[in-house]
Amino acid sequence: MDLFEYQARDLFAKHGVPVLAGEVIDTPEAAREATERLGGKSVVKAQVKVGGRGKAGGVKLAASPDEAVEHATNILGMDIKGHTVHKVMMAETAPEIVEEYYVSFLLDRTNRTFLSIASVEGGVEIEEVAATRPEAVAKTPIDANVGVDKAKALEIAAAAKFPADVADKVADVLVTLWKTFIEEDALLVEVNPLAKVASGDIIALDGKVSLDDNADFRHPDHEALQDKAAADPLEAAAKEKDLNYVKLDGEVGIIGNGAGLVMSTLDVVAYAGEKHGGVKPANFLDIGGGASAQVMANGLEIILGDSDVKSVFVNVFGGITACDEVANGIVQALALLESKGEKVEKPLVVRLDGNNAELGRKILSDANHPLVQRVDTMDGAADKAAELAAAK
Amino acid sequence: MAIFLNKDSKVIVQGMTGATGMKHTKLMLGDGTNIVGGVNPRKAGTSVDFDGTEIPVFGTVAEAMEKTGANVSVLFVPPAFSKAAVVEAIDAEIPLAVVITEGIAVHDSAAFYAYAKSKGDKTRIIGPNCPGLITPGQSNAGIIPGDITKPGRIGLVSKSGTLTYQMMYELRDIGFSSAVGIGGDPVIGTTHIDALAAFEADPDTDLIVMIGEIGGDAEERAADFIKANVTKPVVGYVAGFTAPEGKTMGHAGAIVSGSSGTAQAKKEALEAAGVKVGKTPTETAKLARELLS
Repeated sequence: MDLFEYQARDLFAKHGVPVLAGEVIDTPEAAREATERLGGKSVVKAQVKVGGRGKAGGVKLAASPDEAVEHATNILGMDIKGHTVHKVMMAETAPEIVEEYYVSFLLDRTNRTFLSIASVEGGVEIEEVAATRPEAVAKTPIDANVGVDKAKALEIAAAAKFPADVADKVADVLVTLWKTFIEEDALLVEVNPLAKVASGDIIALDGKVSLDDNADFRHPDHEALQDKAAADPLEAAAKEKDLNYVKLDGEVGIIGNGAGLVMSTLDVVAYAGEKHGGVKPANFLDIGGGASAQVMANGLEIILGDSDVKSVFVNVFGGITACDEVANGIVQALALLESKGEKVEKPLVVRLDGNNAELGRKILSDANHPLVQRVDTMDGAADKAAELAAAK
Repeated sequence: MAIFLNKDSKVIVQGMTGATGMKHTKLMLGDGTNIVGGVNPRKAGTSVDFDGTEIPVFGTVAEAMEKTGANVSVLFVPPAFSKAAVVEAIDAEIPLAVVITEGIAVHDSAAFYAYAKSKGDKTRIIGPNCPGLITPGQSNAGIIPGDITKPGRIGLVSKSGTLTYQMMYELRDIGFSSAVGIGGDPVIGTTHIDALAAFEADPDTDLIVMIGEIGGDAEERAADFIKANVTKPVVGYVAGFTAPEGKTMGHAGAIVSGSSGTAQAKKEALEAAGVKVGKTPTETAKLARELLS
């Protein structure tokens, strides 16, 4: 889960990373009071999970509470690269900035370890610095079982050639930033820019944090950080039923078992769609292994509730779960939905293969549901589902 | 031969007495796996009856190894306790630990991976979030269905469980030497490269099928490895061409971030290394069939 800047700021503050005062608001009027609390001046910052908001006009300096209201009025509701601004952060104005640096800790998938990235050339995208001036970016591997103490932090600061007068203070910030990374189970903690101000202090002016959802079990407080307002309503409904669902922008609803098979199903449907008016998959939905009739019904309910969906492709490979159980699940799921008074009107193409496939296919044939068609190969079924979606 | 697992492997199950552990221990026994014990400190000294086969429960991995000569552990331990269980397996220096559990925090898997390295890499870790591995007709360590294929001369390595099954089933008439599900998490123990190296060295494997998916750069690095080190024919498949950027597709590691981790880049890297890459699982199976005929 990626966090908003204000949430990152709060986590930084919690773990001792030096940040400026700030608060989040969602109405223009609140900008006035917030600016008064901040001493009559403020920086109004759009809260969106995308870069480039400054260039888009999403960050403005307000010299007075009135001006803050004006900026907040303009920024709230603004569209920044497809993201609507629902919240702004009212931040204390920074003291005079002398230099801007970059520091982060992240998961290094390639080397299966943690990594520190640091540069004295902050304030711009680090990818840009890395591409144009790789020598200005210092990457230091971190042993997951050793971590970052002051000595390691000083080593990082030295590798990035931080000036002697700030190296010690930067190292202190790195230690607190590492604490944030570890104690919050983050995949990324990034400060950009990390500013040296006129007084010589080091302050984190902007930051990004991404948290590991798999670690939620030891962070009950992380649930409150979810951006429920922004979630797609179908994704939110699926999440409530513990379904692994991602909304996409096509017309063929997809249900399958296993993440890899479902990803593959999306691809196969997209290829088939090329021959049928360009129809595409409408969603990713993995119902997992051993899916019961109830889980199948939950999945079908979400997908049939998507008004973009014109046809549904159920693609199941029976591994441990036998296909006859899956077929019974589909038949029962349709009965369950119909008994709830839901009209199932979209055609379903079902492909069953693997364990007890013959039995499963027979169950579907015997049930003879008018909307269900059986196609026994994955490519053939994808083609049929795309054809049906295109015909609608 | 086969890789990592054969008829002589002596397997213990950490978390055997839980519901998932019980179900799959029974299935593994049915596939001929030589299961010699379970591990659960609270049930040490008892035993579990699996249709007439008594499997003893030990208090620790070390004790189970000492008493049975076990050299493989399969873990069905809940995510919150997985790190401690894998660390225990590493401390006992078991040669192979197969971590089936899905949903382990990345900080935990990074920690146990680093721990295994610091202990001299005496324990090969497969997973987490994987279906395990099977050497058909000999032994099954994990949750791969044992009856969808037969022994043969194809080696398979895959990030995805169900695509592994799909491919094993499509090529069931030819059969497999071993099939290894390495898992879809951001940090995994055994990589495509490790399995490719083992299949290259395995005299019972004639062709390798490699299945990848979006996220990370493991497939690109595997492509470099194939170019330099693999002489056997390799057929590839990559899932997730239609996955949008920034959305996790089921597996925790299956995410396109910016321009990195795309299926297209992986396919191109593999093709540049001489790997024949199928557009669909069925086409991939067909390519493998053609190369073997």
